[in-house]
Amino acid sequence: MRFRGKVWKFGADVDTDAIIPARHLNTSDPGELARHCMENANPSFAKEVKEGDIIFAKENFGCGSSREHAPIAIKASGISCVVAGSFARIFYRNSLNMALPIMECPEAVEITEEGDEVEVNLGKGEIINHTRHKTFECQPLPPFMQKLVESGGLMGYIKQKSGLQRELKPK
Amino acid sequence: MGKTITEKILADHAGEREVEPGQIIEARVDIALGNDITAPIAINEFKKAGCAKVFDREKVVLVPDHFVPNKDIPSANQAKLLREFAREQRLTHYYELGDMGIEHVLLPEKGIVLPGDLVIGADSHTCTYGALGAFSTGIGSTDLAAAMISGETWLKVPETIKFVYTGKLNKWVEGKDLILFTIGDIGVDGALYKTMEFTGDVIDKLPMSGRFTMANMAIEAGGKSGIIVPDRITEEYVKDRAERDYRLYFSDKDATYCDIIEYDVSEIEPQIAFPHLPENVRGISETGNIPIDQVVIGSCTNGRLEDLRRAANVLKGKKVAPYTRLIIIPGTQWIYRQSMKEGLFDIFLDARAAISTPTCGPCLGGHMGVLAKGEKAVATTNRNFVGRMGDPESEVYLANPSIAAASAVLGRIGSPEEL
Repeated sequence: MRFRGKVWKFGADVDTDAIIPARHLNTSDPGELARHCMENANPSFAKEVKEGDIIFAKENFGCGSSREHAPIAIKASGISCVVAGSFARIFYRNSLNMALPIMECPEAVEITEEGDEVEVNLGKGEIINHTRHKTFECQPLPPFMQKLVESGGLMGYIKQKSGLQRELKPK
Repeated sequence: MGKTITEKILADHAGEREVEPGQIIEARVDIALGNDITAPIAINEFKKAGCAKVFDREKVVLVPDHFVPNKDIPSANQAKLLREFAREQRLTHYYELGDMGIEHVLLPEKGIVLPGDLVIGADSHTCTYGALGAFSTGIGSTDLAAAMISGETWLKVPETIKFVYTGKLNKWVEGKDLILFTIGDIGVDGALYKTMEFTGDVIDKLPMSGRFTMANMAIEAGGKSGIIVPDRITEEYVKDRAERDYRLYFSDKDATYCDIIEYDVSEIEPQIAFPHLPENVRGISETGNIPIDQVVIGSCTNGRLEDLRRAANVLKGKKVAPYTRLIIIPGTQWIYRQSMKEGLFDIFLDARAAISTPTCGPCLGGHMGVLAKGEKAVATTNRNFVGRMGDPESEVYLANPSIAAASAVLGRIGSPEEL
């Protein structure tokens, strides 16, 4: 999977209330959530984000609540991929489960600025910053998480497995 | 080689003889939990997968607590979705308004979560149940949907940081201050992907309410879980509540920890977390003069009976400062009734406090106490992110119930010593 787009840059500890404030959690409609995406961090984001743009953020992106509305809002806003120094664990899990591409690469985040043109190659674990003419190698996804993604996210994986299980031990 | 309590619980639930940190396991879950914000997505995923029945109707727990009593029409629709699903699946543990409570106060109180359990919940504060000696962690809605179908979840076995608390607790210092101090020390990602195991003489003597508060806020340090090895205090709490058998696990003396951090609690005074991160903590003596508009006492962190007793102890015979609001939210219906019986409600009402039915409400800026632009609140809750309790330009200061009560009387952040 490869993505090329313009960067939106955020700092450390971007929490889920910044990504999608709880006052909007009376719905799980992706379009509605996208309209308020990043509202508490950068109020112009939702209006100006373009299809294919990429989020770069420092450490602990997505900390706080378990709300899956956060990756849903980001995905529905048109963001193709999130690159961070590190991710909070529930956000990391939620993103993989619902196939929002994410990658950890502190080195790339360090030198990349808002508005840079970057290319992210998930399979290869590579990020190219075209504005600054720099290439970074990152950790590719661990094998189990790759398996999840290949099964079409967690639900695909579980459907295959539970079909098998129900034959073995009917409830 | 010794094992930690966390590694032992995970090994047993994965059907393995033993597990190592970093290993990915597929483990059976004892309880899978959702609320009125997260469960609707899970239910939709469950239905989209074409699934007819949950794996076990006694192990899927739904608690509408965030925006209940319904704050608007969309919230009412979300709660309705839970109600219909619970009825259709004949779930044993669905708690309707009038019977419900804040999920992480309710489940231990009802004996639904127990020592040795593996619990997952689509709510980040699911880590609360670690206080019972269970492995318990927050997950997302899709994870919940998958667990409702299969009864299993995938987990990476976490490394464990051991925290050792020794010394004598100062006056007005409790579990909330210990965990705020710890988060202030290690930072909001100081325990990222890791388990925080709380130990030491101080923890051995800490009541369950304080233990729940500490485990509850492990997530605020990025932790996957917080855990306390069960002891006499744990058993005393669960023995008459447990609705099924449970198992006590202990950490081996030679268990491996990725770090051991020791604190002398005699150096810790009541802690205040300043906006906008739980790690921005200062001792009460270093807060300066901060006038406040609202105080909230409640939540899954500090909405237990002991918390309300502490608040009442400070508020007795006092009045809330003019132009300041005090909102008190008992965590469950049982706590509500008990507070009333013990006369706490009279103290609260005499002090000019508003008492709410159990709800997460204002903690996440949902309802029942949302802040206006520029307002400041002291709350016994767990998060003080930008806009957490309302307008993005409002501020939340986290504190324990005694400090919160004293602040309501003073109209600024302060200690009961000043009253």
